Amino acid sequence: MKKLLSMTALLALAISPVLAAEKVLHVYNWSDYIAEDTIEKFTAETGIEVTYDVYDSNEVLEAKMLAGSSGYDVVTPSADFMNRQIAAGVYVKLDKSKLPNLKNMDAGLMKQAAVFDPDNAHAVVYMWGTTGIGYNTKAIAERLGDSAPTDSWDLVFDPAIAAKLADCGISFLDAPTELLAAAMNYVGLDPRSTKKADLEKGAELLTAVRPHIRYFHSSQYISDLANGDICVSVGWSGDIFQARDRAGEADKGVEVSYVIPKEGATQWFDMLAIPVDSKNKDAAHAYINFMMDAQITANNTNYVWYANANRASMPMVEEEIKEDPGIFPPLDVQAKLWSAQVYNKRTDRVMTRLWTKIQTGK
Amino acid sequence: MTGAQAAPPLTKTLKFIGAHGRALVIGVPMWWLIVFFLIPFAVVAKISFSEAVIARPPYTSLIEWTGEGAMLLKLNFSNYAYLIEDSLYILAYWSSIKVAFFSTVATLIVAYPMAYYIARAPERRRNVLLMLIILPFWTSFLLRVYAWIGILKGNGIVNNILLSLGITSEPIVMLQTNFAVYVGIVYTYLPFMILPLFTNLVKLDNDLLEASSDLGARPMATFFKITLPLSIPGMIAGSMLVFIPVIGEFVIPALLGGPDTLMIGKVLWSEFFSNRDWPVASAVAIVMLVLLVIPIMLLRNAQAASAEGSS
Repeated sequence: MKKLLSMTALLALAISPVLAAEKVLHVYNWSDYIAEDTIEKFTAETGIEVTYDVYDSNEVLEAKMLAGSSGYDVVTPSADFMNRQIAAGVYVKLDKSKLPNLKNMDAGLMKQAAVFDPDNAHAVVYMWGTTGIGYNTKAIAERLGDSAPTDSWDLVFDPAIAAKLADCGISFLDAPTELLAAAMNYVGLDPRSTKKADLEKGAELLTAVRPHIRYFHSSQYISDLANGDICVSVGWSGDIFQARDRAGEADKGVEVSYVIPKEGATQWFDMLAIPVDSKNKDAAHAYINFMMDAQITANNTNYVWYANANRASMPMVEEEIKEDPGIFPPLDVQAKLWSAQVYNKRTDRVMTRLWTKIQTGK
Repeated sequence: MTGAQAAPPLTKTLKFIGAHGRALVIGVPMWWLIVFFLIPFAVVAKISFSEAVIARPPYTSLIEWTGEGAMLLKLNFSNYAYLIEDSLYILAYWSSIKVAFFSTVATLIVAYPMAYYIARAPERRRNVLLMLIILPFWTSFLLRVYAWIGILKGNGIVNNILLSLGITSEPIVMLQTNFAVYVGIVYTYLPFMILPLFTNLVKLDNDLLEASSDLGARPMATFFKITLPLSIPGMIAGSMLVFIPVIGEFVIPALLGGPDTLMIGKVLWSEFFSNRDWPVASAVAIVMLVLLVIPIMLLRNAQAASAEGSS
């Protein structure tokens, strides 16, 4: 046995990887969420190399953060998820002396985000948006005529209407918190309620339309909507605008629109934060500061069609985007938006269980 | 000169290998299993007895030190109890086993004629055919599953052909159904069934087949009385290679299946990611392992017993 151990030790030594000290910034961001040349410009300006990875769900990011040693230096959690991650001690407090571009930020929006992170101590707003409905205008008109309720959640939450759209395909985000909130709001309850009975009523509504839903997924709908593989998606505003763009480029007669339904919708914030185990905190601060540059933010918004919280960037944002009520909603629509709720573990479990039940019927 | 100097270290090395060869041969797989199976299993088992908390890592430690230097070991069995309380888990295990069973049978039905044909083919062609079976492995598994999305989707290849031939007037919904999951599984796991079947069938003694036909058996009778029974070990080996990984399969149902495709892999995912409840997720994994290991051990024992009985 002793011989065996020494042999193994030798073997282990021979194959252990050479650990080189690396000076690369590891960024973990949502998929399709940055202008194509932003990273290139960052490297050109600071000399810092970037490894850029993407994800499409807060849950995946959170699992990596909670496991620790993710290797990432900058991540982009949504504010409600971030709130819990801060409680778990996942993020460092930002050194604001290294973030001079903070002066560019919109005080009102930063204050809204501070509900999840007092004093914006751990993160700054990257982009914000709403969870609404994207639809294929022609396919809807063919099936529902001119009376199609395209300005309302009726489109996907009224079983009679959803049934008529089932053949061309309806998709929901695989994000229980956002769908249940919208459903509760639709049946006249508080969308931010954490009461089990309220959540169950929301689930009841979703179960009623479930037979007409093709799938639950949080990124696939972008290309499917653009290609005409599905015709209605409950999705994130900017993603649907990207689908609209891609449909325009493909030029196959598909036309996509986004609407914030008149009943209201979830408003969410995606935040830039630095994990505590980041090995490059200085470079991470440099990156966050760079992302708050007025021109860079404007480029990103012009590319991804998500609203930013950067007041200084607004003159450089394209008119078409600035005036789109789906991106920068007018005041009366803004008043109807609700921010995402932070749930405790018990409510999480209730919600996930309801979500499985909605999807599988079990 | 140089040759003479180089010789002693070489003979030394050879001597060393000679003396320690046995340890080397047994040691490598043993440590492999310890490092990549036993230790991870122990870690998962440990987490399954803890409690979920909002922290990093998101579960409690089993061992606590009291002020007086005593050690407290806290085992929390409620995670296992929870799996019985909610019927979801039992249903998910059951439907995973069902999916694994039917896809194993389907894979066997598709693979058997292919393996048989390859085993009977002339030796030169055999290598080419085997190459064709293995070749798809050179492409990423994920890409191959993605390719099926393009084939099966609403305006994908199959539907476009059916529509242009006028066989159907509306695209058939195939993607996001259980049908697509079965297609994906059979396609992906086919080589794991073909290769063990082939190695078994290729060893089949031709004399037996000749003797059978000399005694008047028709080819069909020979196949069912000689070939098929003798290939049972190959069928069992192939079936195990398919059945076991399919039970825990996550990627194929996630990409090709619909929301109502309930499998334990998906349940594990939502426990881990949506509920952030690593302890319950670990308990789900441990139970799955136990569910798998027991039938495999029974099968092994049965095989060993039958081998002893026949010899």
